[in-house]
Amino acid sequence: MKLWAYHIAANKLRTTHILSVETESPTVKIFTFKDKQCARAKPGQFLMLWIPSIDEIPLSILNAKENGIVSVAVKKVGEATGAFHEKSVGELVGVRGPFGNSFTLKGGRILMVSGGTGTAPILFLAERLASKTAKLVFVTGAKTREELLFMKRLKRILSGEKTQLIAATEDGSYGIKGLATKPLERLLERERFDMIYTCGPEQMMRKVFDLAEKYGVALEASLERLMRCAIGLCGSCVIGRYRVCKDGPVFTAKQLSDVKSEFGISKRNFNGRKIPL
Amino acid sequence: MLASGILGLSAESLSNIVIGGAGAIVTKSVGLKPRKGYANPTVVQTSYGLINAMGLPNPGITEFVKVIHEAKSFGVPVIVSVYGFSAEEYGTVAKKAVDAGADAVELNVSCPHVEETGSEIGQNPKILAEVVRKVKAVMEKPVFVKLSSNVTNIAEIVEAAAKAGADALTAINTVKAMAIDTETTVPILNNKTGGLSGPAIKPIAIRCVYEIYERVKVPIIGCGGITNWRDAVEFLLAGATAVQIGTAIALKGPSVFKKVTRGIDAYLRRKSFKSVNEIVGLSHCS
Repeated sequence: MKLWAYHIAANKLRTTHILSVETESPTVKIFTFKDKQCARAKPGQFLMLWIPSIDEIPLSILNAKENGIVSVAVKKVGEATGAFHEKSVGELVGVRGPFGNSFTLKGGRILMVSGGTGTAPILFLAERLASKTAKLVFVTGAKTREELLFMKRLKRILSGEKTQLIAATEDGSYGIKGLATKPLERLLERERFDMIYTCGPEQMMRKVFDLAEKYGVALEASLERLMRCAIGLCGSCVIGRYRVCKDGPVFTAKQLSDVKSEFGISKRNFNGRKIPL
Repeated sequence: MLASGILGLSAESLSNIVIGGAGAIVTKSVGLKPRKGYANPTVVQTSYGLINAMGLPNPGITEFVKVIHEAKSFGVPVIVSVYGFSAEEYGTVAKKAVDAGADAVELNVSCPHVEETGSEIGQNPKILAEVVRKVKAVMEKPVFVKLSSNVTNIAEIVEAAAKAGADALTAINTVKAMAIDTETTVPILNNKTGGLSGPAIKPIAIRCVYEIYERVKVPIIGCGGITNWRDAVEFLLAGATAVQIGTAIALKGPSVFKKVTRGIDAYLRRKSFKSVNEIVGLSHCS
């Protein structure tokens, strides 16, 4: 009973003031706020962010610092994220979390593949992991040059000898013309990697997963689904036998091969029905 | 058994619950048509439980029959929770569920956060009786009636349900509740009000089961805030012949069912009871 009360109460919604808002791209803003609990988050974990009287949305944690400062990247995609983009410094938002599991922090030869706002948790991971890796290759993709996220920070982390940053844009306005998955086959053919970490559009991650399988490389991917309770009860976020909020959001290649018929193919909509991605 | 509303929309999640040791599963409530449910926040975590206002999201019975078919292979009874906006609708959905293989239906006449169904039906003995009679008339399988504690006189309600032919009474659904954020001064749930579950409501549920047991001879399924074997035994002593668990899965995972049943067994041995039947309603003898 004591344990129960503690767990539920420990994750109560609390409100906090927005400390800063930065424009990262024409559609993405970075918000920071203070939250002691989420500041202890590990790369891959997510939080539920409440925009009062509007909605509550799941967001990957972009950064969590010892001083209690937490940041998230928000892409304007609908009503809730649109309302969030209107928020300015000093306004109140609500926070629950951190929720879910996290990426394993594996050293060795690492390949990271990110697309769009999926770059946020992978960047967080890269910042924590960079000093421990023997080799770190980071492939990131976006539609256009303006939508390539966190390039400055990525360049800073990936400036060493044993690191490489590869950017891809669909319109060819920067880096390789095409999807983030385009340079992967050649990379995997030429080099041996110990682990691939990926987050981004699910079709992209499915392609990365298929390649990882083909080349026998371990993989962890962070998934997104409709979230409601975030504590493993409501079933809104299920993929196969897994609850993305509780068993994930990070899944290993082995787990993903259990849900091959859904991963990169379908998700559940608001009424629980499976629909194509 | 698994309480309705928890992880009950996909066959794979229900299978995890069976692996966890549930003796029967109750699905999430299903209606005639698909329903999106409410926007977030749909859940508020409080000190001793959860307040939820999901708004009955479900794909509709026509789509849901697939889940029922699949769940039938898990080797435990499948009970389909049913809601409707009229007696007619309850009947149609219940019949389709049973035709798809449901071993019983549980009528959700107690959801506290959707208008014109749920508790608006379960709070009115006349309408409730009409719904139960309608469902009993269209199919053969047992009909459970899940009750709300948000009533002035639960005895009156259960007598109406029993007279109309209810085969079992599930007590209780979540208790209508609300939470307001003090900093922003606004209600947290998108729907403003929702239903409270978890340890906070157990004493209310125990009282309801006790009162129902005194009033009618229909079997009672206890539900509300069970997190361990001791809670379950308390419900049995109050008069329940079975119990449901929901919210506790958030903390203990699906294996909570195994832990509770083992705990009950150990209790029965320690107290030298030969069967669980010996303790059903035992508190009424004192």
